[in-house]
Amino acid sequence: MRHGKYPFVIGFLFAPVALYVTFVIWPYAQAFQISMTNWRGLSAPQWVGFDNYRRLLDDGAFWKAVQHHGVLLLALPLITIAIALFFAFLLNVGGKSSGGQRQGVWGAKFYRVVFFFPQVLAVAIIAVLFQMVYRPNESGLINGVLMKFGLEPILFLVKPNLALWSIIAVLVWQAVGFYVVLFSAGMASIPGEIYEAAEMDGATKVTLFFRVTLPLLWDTLQVAWVYLGIAAFDAFAIVAVLSVDGGGPDGATTVLAMEIYRNAFVYSKYGYASAMGVALFFLTLTFAALTLRLTKRESVEY
Amino acid sequence: MNPQSTLPPTPAALPPKTGDPSAPAGSGSKGPRSEVRLFAGLGHVALAVWAVIVIVPILWTFLAAFKNTSEIFSSPWTLPAELRWENFGRAWTKAHVGRYFLNSVIVVSCSTFLTMLLGSMAAYVLARYKFWGNRAVYFLFVSGLAFPVFLALVPLFFVVKNLGLLDTHTGVVLVYSAYSLPFTVFFLAAFFKTLPSSVAEAGMIDGCGHTRLFFQVMMPMAKPGLISVTIFNIIGQWAQYQLPLVLLSNAKDKWVLTQGIADISVNAGYEADWSGLFAALTIAILPMIIVYAVFQRQIQAGLTSGAVK
Repeated sequence: MRHGKYPFVIGFLFAPVALYVTFVIWPYAQAFQISMTNWRGLSAPQWVGFDNYRRLLDDGAFWKAVQHHGVLLLALPLITIAIALFFAFLLNVGGKSSGGQRQGVWGAKFYRVVFFFPQVLAVAIIAVLFQMVYRPNESGLINGVLMKFGLEPILFLVKPNLALWSIIAVLVWQAVGFYVVLFSAGMASIPGEIYEAAEMDGATKVTLFFRVTLPLLWDTLQVAWVYLGIAAFDAFAIVAVLSVDGGGPDGATTVLAMEIYRNAFVYSKYGYASAMGVALFFLTLTFAALTLRLTKRESVEY
Repeated sequence: MNPQSTLPPTPAALPPKTGDPSAPAGSGSKGPRSEVRLFAGLGHVALAVWAVIVIVPILWTFLAAFKNTSEIFSSPWTLPAELRWENFGRAWTKAHVGRYFLNSVIVVSCSTFLTMLLGSMAAYVLARYKFWGNRAVYFLFVSGLAFPVFLALVPLFFVVKNLGLLDTHTGVVLVYSAYSLPFTVFFLAAFFKTLPSSVAEAGMIDGCGHTRLFFQVMMPMAKPGLISVTIFNIIGQWAQYQLPLVLLSNAKDKWVLTQGIADISVNAGYEADWSGLFAALTIAILPMIIVYAVFQRQIQAGLTSGAVK
């Protein structure tokens, strides 16, 4: 690589870096600055120090949102990973073993294709779809059946203590297939001899799952947990579209992204919304650091 | 996620072929234990139930798209009495789904092209050239993976506004591309690193310039990686909702599909046009099913490529 390396390098890097700095780095840097002002978009912003953050501490909607992130952070990964692991195990190892060759159950390929499909759809589209599914009268997919049997309709999105779980159910519905495929890829890389040896020693399928598959899949599980955690900190599209008036009823499903959007683009409280953004950033960072710390353990080499 | 942990998609990243799908399981004559059969039996039930849970809402939407409002209320579970194609016509023109669909196609094709062009250029230089500041630029890009878009939402809005790009497709395309760069650069840099340098050296000896080397030799060699990331970006950008909501709010004729469908669902309540909404949903979902059916393996590989070690 002799002649004219630097002109080439600069020529290739200039456009990507310029675009990236303008629309990503520069706004991120500004966010911290705006969060220290009371800017409402019209007059010049005034410096107010940590006032916005102090107000955050007394903001009921903010704490509700943080609490919902807590629930999402536990429930979404736990439920999704449990279901996906179970299915991935069935699809890869669940069938009979003939001559040491592990086999998935019948129709494994079909199930994998079907389960993965929701991942291809946009969350906003899925949210509209489930609005129809959850509708509170006989036109809803679920309540239509219940009412045919003379039962009371379930108000999925209207009852405050049910609404958040109805939303989590949709997120799980979408995510499971992706993790089935992810875990399947992980399981496929576990050498068959290990299963063979374990089966010769009389291990049952359940033992195989807990003593062989799970430990050898640890790294993939960690990745899955981080991905789902990131999803739990976002959740804007689903809450904005599916829930009753954006995070309702009465803030029962609100998330930080929703509050940021509302404060910035409905109330024009740009400073305050930016402070929420910074809070979200530190929550995300804490989660990532904690996850890496807590799940750190000897990975099994094979 | 450290850079070394992600390798380009190899055959291992593709969904594994597990045995022969037609091979009957559980019926094994030499099935050693009844435990196996019980497990497989319960497993079958669980798998079938989940398949139903995934398929039924979508199928139900397709059926409802052909009904009229009174049918939707009186018999949500039956087949439509007749195929009311006019529902689709209404959704396509009156509810502007056609417009939104076209907008999505325009925006996503431009932004994915720009993302791939700029992303692969940056990734290539960062992966294969030693120069002062290389690592700094690389980490500048990769750090973008850690930040939530919502942190920057307010300043981003004003950056786009001050550039005069608010309510334009150009603005959305540039923003989509910028936010897709971290993953694209991160993934492709790892991929370009794995390509053999002997070919590049041979090209240089033959008098190939750096630029020609990149476009005519390295890009074709990186095709598998480029395809994976392209699919990843297309699906991610197609699904975007929050950015167009903020950046295109006042230009309804520029809206993308996700935004449009969400808006139709709000208005469907006022106008009592539920069949139109179901038709709009069908128009949004059906093409994805077709694309997915054709490129199923590539899509699964592309979307999971970021996570597979």
